[in-house]
Amino acid sequence: MKTPAKGWTGTRPAGTALIEVRDLEVRAGGRVISSVPELDLGPGECVAIVGESGSGKTTALMATMGLIEGADVSGKITVCGTDVLSASPRTLRAVRGARVALVMQSPQAALTPTMRLGTLMRRALARHGVKGAEAAERARDAVGAVLLGEEILRRYPHEVSGGQAQRFAIALAIALGAEAVVADEPTSALDVTVQAEVVAVLRRLRAEHGLAVLLVSHDLALVSRIADRVLVMREGRVVESGQARTVFAAPADPYTRELIAAVPELPGGAP
Amino acid sequence: MTGYLIRRLGQAVLVVAGVIVLTFAIMRLVPGDPAVAYAGPKASAAELAAARARFGLDDPLWVQLWNYVRDLLSGEWGTSLHTRQPVASDLTTVFPASLELVGAALIVAVAAGVPLGVLAARYKGKFPDFSVRLSSMLAVSVPVFWLALAVQTVFASNLGWFPVAGEYDATLDTTSPLRVYTNITAVDALFTGNWPMLTSTLEHLVLPALVVAAYPAGVIAQMTRAALIEEAGQDHARMARALGFGETAVLTRFSLRPAAGPVLSLIALVFAYAIVNGFLVEAVFNWPGLGRYAADSIRSLDTPAIAGVTLVVALLYVLANLVVDLLQSLLDPRVRKAG
Repeated sequence: MKTPAKGWTGTRPAGTALIEVRDLEVRAGGRVISSVPELDLGPGECVAIVGESGSGKTTALMATMGLIEGADVSGKITVCGTDVLSASPRTLRAVRGARVALVMQSPQAALTPTMRLGTLMRRALARHGVKGAEAAERARDAVGAVLLGEEILRRYPHEVSGGQAQRFAIALAIALGAEAVVADEPTSALDVTVQAEVVAVLRRLRAEHGLAVLLVSHDLALVSRIADRVLVMREGRVVESGQARTVFAAPADPYTRELIAAVPELPGGAP
Repeated sequence: MTGYLIRRLGQAVLVVAGVIVLTFAIMRLVPGDPAVAYAGPKASAAELAAARARFGLDDPLWVQLWNYVRDLLSGEWGTSLHTRQPVASDLTTVFPASLELVGAALIVAVAAGVPLGVLAARYKGKFPDFSVRLSSMLAVSVPVFWLALAVQTVFASNLGWFPVAGEYDATLDTTSPLRVYTNITAVDALFTGNWPMLTSTLEHLVLPALVVAAYPAGVIAQMTRAALIEEAGQDHARMARALGFGETAVLTRFSLRPAAGPVLSLIALVFAYAIVNGFLVEAVFNWPGLGRYAADSIRSLDTPAIAGVTLVVALLYVLANLVVDLLQSLLDPRVRKAG
């Protein structure tokens, strides 16, 4: 297994990244279940972690949110200047949502079933100190930014489609003013056409709002369309990392080649 | 929503019909001839035959069942063999007293059980969780008659903080008589502004209600804890954490309502159970409720009265389940949609 070269993250000076991970190791039951030596996400960038299920990519993602339970996390994770592993729960809660937001795999299950979407949005805004008329305005603007109508705010999660629910989750991030979105397989539970909508929304928000996206996916076709850089994980370790174009054009690791070969739409994929 | 309601009502009617047939069967299956019980052990053959004819005991079973159903529906629940009063009118005085006791107990049980369950879930595996689980286990496993006697001895007889027995101070019947509407003393006293009566009833209610509340409070605390821990592991709870909410808010503001389903079903179950469990407590505290009436009926093989008590408890159970289903559909929009 090849150890990824350091310093691949490019030209940005140190300390300006929204999410900075160094020597992350998550251990459960005496085994390393996820290990990421280096990961940087700058404003407006999109970094994708790819790999098959069980490769430790979701664990790495949840670790950046400080949402790992029942496992030991070591290394250094800095999110918007906050050291996630040493910060107080209070400091962490102020970062979550307001600066880095989460988008989950199954969109409807990620929204509280007994709460109208507008109530959820209002509570989340109030949690971060935005209330009253400003909250209402932010909610309207945010659902507009993800191309949803205002009436979505009066609906319950089971009354909206998967694509709508996923776009609403992104709208939550926008309303809270998050600089980065951490997305765990955001499209894998959706139909192909709906996937395209969600991807289009994410791309637009990156371009217009400078939203950074840390994406976990096993969908290489999606990753090739949206990601600037890629980390390939297998069995808890990063086997290859680099610029997305480079990795897809000339994969160095045999496992990466295998993954790419399985996707017909990619240049190196099977016909 | 309307379709859901109609379907649930239909189910309830079916259950009630089943219970009526069952009580009828039990009345005919219990050892002891009701005619003998009515006419007395020394009655002559002619007197026995007269009693049999009077109760229609010589008719074919299906005719007896039909007559039984018709009588029940017209409010004719038979005559009690030991009070010699119509069972229906007996029940309208004893049942409200039980309802008062169990209702108060259930309010206490929910008010204590749900917050304790939240506390245990919040500090899962830590000291508060441990103490809640231990005390709820105790509350569930202590025999209710023992608890009733212990509480009565300590807080009424020895410390004198509360009255020993009864529903209210009997002298109030002359000094401050109660105008009766619902037969639930506390409710009638409250709505007629009879404050001495209300105070006295509440004082008398404290100990037996706490004793009856012990078991429901214990199971409600345990179920709330389990349902909350399950709900707090769901994706939407992780999402709430990712939005910056702390663990207490995740449990109370995001998980409690979706987790209410199993807790509400449990409350309906323990409500019916508490009525029967309350029988023993009524005996200890001399509470003039269904329990004492049932005990007297059983002792005198008073089948119409026993059947009446059975039917009331069964009806109450069905009603409690209906109310819970209704509450559930109000609390959880998913249930409404499924309906």
